[in-house]
Amino acid sequence: MTIGPAPRISLAGSGALLLDGAQARFDDTTQELVWAVAEAARGLDGVRETAPGMNNLLVLFDPLVTDASSVGEQLQSLWAGTDPQMAAGTLHRIPVHYGGACGEDLAGWAAHCALSLEETVNRHAAATYSVAAIGAMPGFPYLSGLDPRLNWPRRKNPRLKVAEGAVIIGGAQAGIMPMTAPSGWHIIGHTDVRLFDIQAQSPVLLRPGDTIQFEIAGIEQ
Amino acid sequence: MIEILSTGLPNTVQDLGRPGYLALGISHGGAMDSQALAIANFMLGNDRSAAGLEIALYPFRLKAHVDTALAITGADCPISIDDRRYPPWWATTIRAGETLLVEAPRAGARSYIAFAGGLDLPSVMGSRATDAKGGFGGLAGRGLARGDQLQLNSAVCPLPSAGLGVALEERQAASNANFSPIELRVLPAAEFDAFTAQAQAAFTSSDWKITSEANRMGYRLSGETLSLASPLELLSHGIVPGTIQVPPSGQPIVQLADANTCGGYPKIATVIEADLWRLAQAPVGARLRFVPVSIEVATQALRIARQQLDALAARNIGLGGLRPR
Repeated sequence: MTIGPAPRISLAGSGALLLDGAQARFDDTTQELVWAVAEAARGLDGVRETAPGMNNLLVLFDPLVTDASSVGEQLQSLWAGTDPQMAAGTLHRIPVHYGGACGEDLAGWAAHCALSLEETVNRHAAATYSVAAIGAMPGFPYLSGLDPRLNWPRRKNPRLKVAEGAVIIGGAQAGIMPMTAPSGWHIIGHTDVRLFDIQAQSPVLLRPGDTIQFEIAGIEQ
Repeated sequence: MIEILSTGLPNTVQDLGRPGYLALGISHGGAMDSQALAIANFMLGNDRSAAGLEIALYPFRLKAHVDTALAITGADCPISIDDRRYPPWWATTIRAGETLLVEAPRAGARSYIAFAGGLDLPSVMGSRATDAKGGFGGLAGRGLARGDQLQLNSAVCPLPSAGLGVALEERQAASNANFSPIELRVLPAAEFDAFTAQAQAAFTSSDWKITSEANRMGYRLSGETLSLASPLELLSHGIVPGTIQVPPSGQPIVQLADANTCGGYPKIATVIEADLWRLAQAPVGARLRFVPVSIEVATQALRIARQQLDALAARNIGLGGLRPR
């Protein structure tokens, strides 16, 4: 099964290729293909690691074992010949305290969307989100499925510290901070659910293909 | 056991990193100058991936509480143990009660200290490297602090009585070229063609200065403004150390060992793997020059670097196989 035109493949240094299947906007079926190709590509000769992004895939290989053009050709055939992998993930319900001191951008977000505070929160909690990819920092989920009405471009100046558990919005994407770190996304609430715990048997809670529903644990101005 | 007497948080426990977990958002991390750490380990007869210290803030002092041996590589720093002075790229014994002092570099930026047997720390996801962002690995997932005590694995390391040194031609050349721009070979990256012809030319024909915003995650550079031919919105995608991103300010950022595993800025080029040590050893204020090369040249450079390390490993230099220089 083929989705859209052939993906763009570019060098990311001498030992990696970036396969980019993105069209004008993020697409769920393309992402399912990304997951499937990521898994299949791990079996290619000389491939060391694959890292799915948003409708794209980074493939690391040993250039002394194989070479970029050979890996690139194999990725093109995998992309054309692999079936998208339907998500068989877990559903996670994440309680969120919206607004207040730990959700300082809530009022600004509602104003940006021209909706009431309550309506904004209801729409955020009504959607079902899909974990498209884990990346940037340990356990950080890129969530697709945000109501388009709730999109809000990222901040011009990233904050140097956004707290662990912050529920955030960046453009058309939603996310949750697995640890305190810099971020340019807006903070709309807070959850106590831990996404990353190095002591746990499996330190990262969410997997690509998992789904998430936010539950309203409280709303504060 | 060794005890840290003077340090700063940028100084960390590192090994050769934690590959294999990019899809969980975990950076490869590890020594910024992995070749220097590997060679320090070889000098003591350690496995190349034994954990040692990466020093980026000086002066650094530690006290040995046991008799052991250590090797110091990387930057060209004044080094002493009590009142005995040593050159860099040297391995020697240190007695219980003696203090090692590593002072600010004359050239280069990062020093590596390996210990006979390696630092005895738990392996987290296959590595002892400090992941400061994730707060794990190394010593409690953080940089070194005064008073920290680190245990060493037991080891027998029969160094020659005068110690031993390693001299690498390319390192000496780099030290001697202190006032010229540091040349870094690059391959074009995904958005290279999306930049204006002027930006593409400026990228390789002008100098770039490392600003004070430079750490293990990446270096912000200053120089000419690099503009896109037209605005570009990218979805988040995986990046590798060496990736040169251009944010809307037009001033590039080189992403390094502890960089986020995903980014969203346009990428103009990637510094080749074989030259990442040159960046690791480039201090704040240094000037860089990017030199475009073919993938064949990049691969050959990596092959030579790996062969050099394998040759050193095969010579068992740490077991007295090399004469002191």
